[in-house]
Amino acid sequence: MTIADDLARLEEIVRKLEAGDVELDTALALFEEGVTRLRAAKERLGTAELKVQEVIEEAGGDFRLADLDG
Amino acid sequence: MALSFQFGSLSPTDEVWSVSQLTASAKRLVEGEFVPVWIRGEVVQCKAWPSGHWYFSLRDRTSQVRCCMWKRDAERAGVPPRDGTEVFVLGKPAIYEAKGEFQLNVSRVIPTAAVGAAQRELERVKAALHGDGLFDPARKRRIPELACTIAVVTSTAGAALRDILTVARKRWPCCRVLVIDARVQGGGAVDGLVSALWLVNRLAGVELCILGRGGGDREDLAAFNNEAVCRALAQVRVPTISAVGHETDISLTDLVADVRAATPSAAAELAVADRREVLRQLDEVAARLAAGLTGHTRLAAERLARTADRLHGGVTSALRRDRHHVVRLAAQLDALSPLRILDRGYAVPVGPDGRVLKRRAEFVAGEPFRLRLADGEVPARVEDR
Repeated sequence: MTIADDLARLEEIVRKLEAGDVELDTALALFEEGVTRLRAAKERLGTAELKVQEVIEEAGGDFRLADLDG
Repeated sequence: MALSFQFGSLSPTDEVWSVSQLTASAKRLVEGEFVPVWIRGEVVQCKAWPSGHWYFSLRDRTSQVRCCMWKRDAERAGVPPRDGTEVFVLGKPAIYEAKGEFQLNVSRVIPTAAVGAAQRELERVKAALHGDGLFDPARKRRIPELACTIAVVTSTAGAALRDILTVARKRWPCCRVLVIDARVQGGGAVDGLVSALWLVNRLAGVELCILGRGGGDREDLAAFNNEAVCRALAQVRVPTISAVGHETDISLTDLVADVRAATPSAAAELAVADRREVLRQLDEVAARLAAGLTGHTRLAAERLARTADRLHGGVTSALRRDRHHVVRLAAQLDALSPLRILDRGYAVPVGPDGRVLKRRAEFVAGEPFRLRLADGEVPARVEDR
């Protein structure tokens, strides 16, 4: 799950809510999911740190990832 | 007879300039007039001084001009041109006031033969790529707005990577950058770039690829005009940004990539979202979410109110219906009332204990009882059985 997924789903939820043709219990469930996702997305944004890895090719065509200090 | 001199306006007393004034004025004129220009000519009398500066003349069949290349530019150029070499120079015309000389301050020297060969190859590759539709605007893909995994093909030792990471860290710290080290100039650069670009296609989750390097001389950017590199870039599965940090020259990878960025920093800005912008978006979503739910509850409340109205109406009409029913029942009850029967002339015998006497056996000779009539009672007695 990425922020992009969260934002896409949030947009979908808001559209559904705004359309107004869902039942109240569905609307409540959508709202609840929206709030949860919002909170998660904000938290992800607040605590994130850029992850930098170098892709190193190895003999035989394989590769591995090694953390890189930027 | 006195000699008559006609000095007129040529009189030296009218206005006399110093030499410095003249050269300063000429300098202003010349240096104000020209921007750096490319000039073609043959190098003669080239001398590299211990100071690091180069001096030479540039000539064609009828004219020549003194040229001077300062240490910084000379060092960048490497080897001084040999006499007789035909070259392009990038220079700015100037006046050397101390000697009153017109000269060219040169910043670049490129042998025409090198340019010719490189230019011919560039034109060939460009035509080939164009012929295969690699510059076609229709094949340009959109850069994802919120890429979370970005591949960067560049030299891990270069300034380009540092610039990209600095910008990414500042704007969008929740992404992952996968760096694929590749030589970006000199021998092996083409092969390195090609295999690095191929490697991008084998990395899972990559949403965007930046191909970049810092600025450099035109010759240093040769790999980014190479056909194999361009074709490998076109084959990258995800959207690509070419960031060859050279402001004036456009490389062929710039034309093949989905987006061209002027510098690696600019590429990073295109590649990663701004955290503040995303936070603003989230706030907006939160507001819409709340408004959406409020709209729903209001709707539900209205619906509930309408339902209550209908319910009330239902109950009322049921009550009305029931009242009719009750009246009817009451009427029926009324009809069945024994008092009504008495009206018709019947009488009810009631014993002393108040019980209705229904059987013959219940009457005892000589005992009193009462007869209940419609309008009252009459005392009575059993005479004989």
